[in-house]
Amino acid sequence: MNTLSDAFMQAGALLAGFDADLLQIVGLSLRVSLTAVAAACLVGFPIGAAVALFKFPGRGAVSLLLNTFMGLPPVVVGLLVFLMLSRSGPLGVLGLLFTPTAMIIAQALLVTPIVAALTRQIVADLWREYSEHMRSIDAGPGARLTTLIYDARFSLMTAALAGFGRAIAEVGAVMIVGGNIDHATRVMTTAIALETSKGNLAAALALGFVLLTIALAVNLVVQVSNSVATRKAALV
Amino acid sequence: MSSRDTILPLDVRRLVFEIDGTRLLHDIDLTLAAGKRTVILGPNGAGKSLLLRLSHGLLEPTSGEIVWRGAGTRARPNRQQAMVFQRPVMLRRSVLANLTHTMKVRGVPRNERHERALAALALAGLSRLAECPARAMSGGEQQRLALARAWTSEPQVLFLDEPTASLDPAASRSVETLIGGFHVAGTKIVMATHDLGQARRLADEVVFLHKGRLLEHTPADEFFDNPRTDEGRAFMAGELLW
Amino acid sequence: MVKPIIAGLSLSLILAVGGVLPSQAQALTLASTTSTENSGLFGDILSHFTKDTGIAVRVVAVGTGAALNLGRQGDADVLLVHSRTDEDKFVADGYGPYRRDVMYNDFTIVGPKSDPAGIKGTHDAAAALAAIAKSGSTFVSRGDDSGTHKAERRLWAMTGINPSGGSGSWYKEAGAGMGATLNTTSGLNAYTLTDRGTWLSFQNRGNLEVVLEGSPPLFNPYGIIPVNPAKHPHVQFEAAEKLVNWLTGPLGQAAIAGFKVNGQQLFFPNARPQ
Repeated sequence: MNTLSDAFMQAGALLAGFDADLLQIVGLSLRVSLTAVAAACLVGFPIGAAVALFKFPGRGAVSLLLNTFMGLPPVVVGLLVFLMLSRSGPLGVLGLLFTPTAMIIAQALLVTPIVAALTRQIVADLWREYSEHMRSIDAGPGARLTTLIYDARFSLMTAALAGFGRAIAEVGAVMIVGGNIDHATRVMTTAIALETSKGNLAAALALGFVLLTIALAVNLVVQVSNSVATRKAALV
Repeated sequence: MSSRDTILPLDVRRLVFEIDGTRLLHDIDLTLAAGKRTVILGPNGAGKSLLLRLSHGLLEPTSGEIVWRGAGTRARPNRQQAMVFQRPVMLRRSVLANLTHTMKVRGVPRNERHERALAALALAGLSRLAECPARAMSGGEQQRLALARAWTSEPQVLFLDEPTASLDPAASRSVETLIGGFHVAGTKIVMATHDLGQARRLADEVVFLHKGRLLEHTPADEFFDNPRTDEGRAFMAGELLW
Repeated sequence: MVKPIIAGLSLSLILAVGGVLPSQAQALTLASTTSTENSGLFGDILSHFTKDTGIAVRVVAVGTGAALNLGRQGDADVLLVHSRTDEDKFVADGYGPYRRDVMYNDFTIVGPKSDPAGIKGTHDAAAALAAIAKSGSTFVSRGDDSGTHKAERRLWAMTGINPSGGSGSWYKEAGAGMGATLNTTSGLNAYTLTDRGTWLSFQNRGNLEVVLEGSPPLFNPYGIIPVNPAKHPHVQFEAAEKLVNWLTGPLGQAAIAGFKVNGQQLFFPNARPQ
C-alpha cells in the first residue's frame, strides 16, 4: 500500500542523505543501548554464572526471579526509575531525570535480567562438561567463575545481543525517563512514537526501517567477529 | 619431584558407595603405597571409575573413609594429586593457555608458569602446538596435553581412568610413555584400564574388582600368571564380561 | 584477556555518565503539552529564544496534568500549559510565584464528512456534544487529564450529560496525546475535540474535517508559570524568568504570531504588558 512504499523510499532517502538530525538520533540510540548492554553484561555475567555454579540458600528463588524479570515491562521499569530520579525522589539530587544517563540506567535495569538468566543457562550447560576437571584441580569459586565466563564467551555474546535487541527496540522506559526531548533525549523509538502521534505514518515507518537496519548492522558485526574468532579457536 | 610431606600411603577403609539405594561398592579395604604402579582391573561396571573418583575426592563415600597420610580424611582433591580422565576436558583456549590456567589455579607463581609450561610441552612432544587451540588437536594430542597439565602440578599421585580407551594404538603408546615418565619421576600411578595388554606393560601390582567388590590385590606377575579367585581366572581368560 | 575488556567497558560507562552530566546545568527544562509540541511551535520559536539569550531549552511534552505534576515535583523549571483553573491552583498552592498569559488558540470539533450526528455548521459546542451522545455516534476523548481533556469535560458538564455511561461503546477514552487520539479518531471515523494547532499539522486525517468551530467555550488560552525556587531551590529561576519575559515580550509574541502551518497562524499572542 501507499504508506509502505512511501516509507521505503523515505527510509532510503534518510539513510543516503545522512540527515543531521537523524544521525544524532541514531547516535544517541546506539550510545544509550550499547552502554546499557555493557553495564548489564558487567553485572549480569557474574551474577548468572554465580547462580549456575554456587549452591546457596534461595538459589532456586533467585533463578526463578531472573527468569521472571526477563519479561519486565519497559514502561514499568521506566516509571520506577522516573520515581527514583525525580527531584522529589530519593536520588533526585543527582539531577539525572530527562538525561541520556537516566535512559541508560532504565535500559540497563531492563536488560540485566535477560543477560543474567541466559548466562545462567549457558554456564550451567558448560559446567556439566568442565565440572570434574575444575574440581580435580581444586579450583576455588573465583577461578570457577572466571574460567567459565571466559570459556563461554562466544555464547555469552549471543546473550548480550539478546539484551541489545531488547534495549534498542523499547520505547516505554526511555520515553518516561528521557522525555523525548529534541536534540537531547530523542532516540529512534521515541522519534517513531512522535511521528506516529503527529500522523506522519510514512515518516514513522521510515524511521522504523532505519532502526531495523541499524539493529541488523550491529548483529552482523557481532556475528562476523564471532565466527572469525570461533574459527580461529577451532571450536567444535 | 620436589620433597614435600608425603601423602602416601593411601588407606581406603570399609568404603561403601551407593546411589539411590543401589550399592555400587561394597566394603573396599585397600592400602596404596608409594613406588609401585597400581593398575585397577575388572570388567565393565566393576566400580573402577568409582574407586578412582572416590579416592581422588570427586565423590563422597556413602560410608567408610579415604585416609591420606598425615591429613586425615580429605574432603576434596588436593594439590598433591592429579587425575586424567578417559576424555580430557580441553579449555577453549590455546594449548599453552590450558597449562598456565592449571598452574594459576594451583597457585604456581606467575614468573614460573611459562617456563614450566614449556618444559611440560617439550616432555609431551607438543611444543610446536603451543599456540594452537587445544580443542583442534587429535584425541591423542589432547590426552598428552592432559598429562602435561598434570605434570605441571608435580603430583605425588596420578589417577588415570582408562586414559587410552578412546585412542588408537600409536597414540596409546605415546601416552603410556608419558605415564612411564611420571613413574620415573616418583609419582605414584593409580590407573584403571580394561586393556589387558596395557596392564601387562605397566602394572607392578593389580587391584581386581568385580561387581563392586575387591577380590584380589596382588603383585602383577602373580595375578596375570595365576589369579587366586575364580573370577580372576575367568577375567584373564576373557570370559568375565560384567 | 578479560581485564582489558572490563577496563574498556568501565571506561565507556564512566564516559557515558560523565559525558552527560556537565551539559545538563545550562539547559532550561520546559514542561509543556503535547498539543503545543505536536504543532511544531516550540521547534520554531525556541530556537529564536536560544539565539537571543544563549539559553538552550529542553521541552518535555506531556499532558497539562502531568506537566503541572512535574512542576510540583521540581522536575521542570517552567511550565506552559492550558488549563486556567489548574494553573491558578498551582500558583495558589505556592508552586509557582505567578502566572502570565502567553497566547491562545481555539479548539474545534472534528468528525467524519458524513456527520452522523448532524452537527456540521452549528455553533454551540455543548449542544453539539449532546447531539453526538444522543445519536450514539462514536466520540474519542483524550482521557488523559490534559488541558484539552479538561476543556472537553467542561463542555460535557454544560450539557448535563455524563459520557462515562457510554465508556467503551460510543465514548472511547483513549488515554493518549492529541496526535495519537486523532489517529484513533481517524481510524474509527469518529468525532473528537482537538486544538487547532495539532489539527493543522496533522497528516493522517482520513475522512475527518472540522465540523464545528468558533463557539465561545472553545477558547483555549495558554499560561506560562515559572517553578517557585522557594519550593525547589535547584530550579533555574533566573533562566525561567528570562523565558517568561521573552515569550510575553515583543520578540516572543511576534515569533508566536509568525508561526504558520500551511499559511495559517496557529497561535495568537495575548500577553498583557507588565
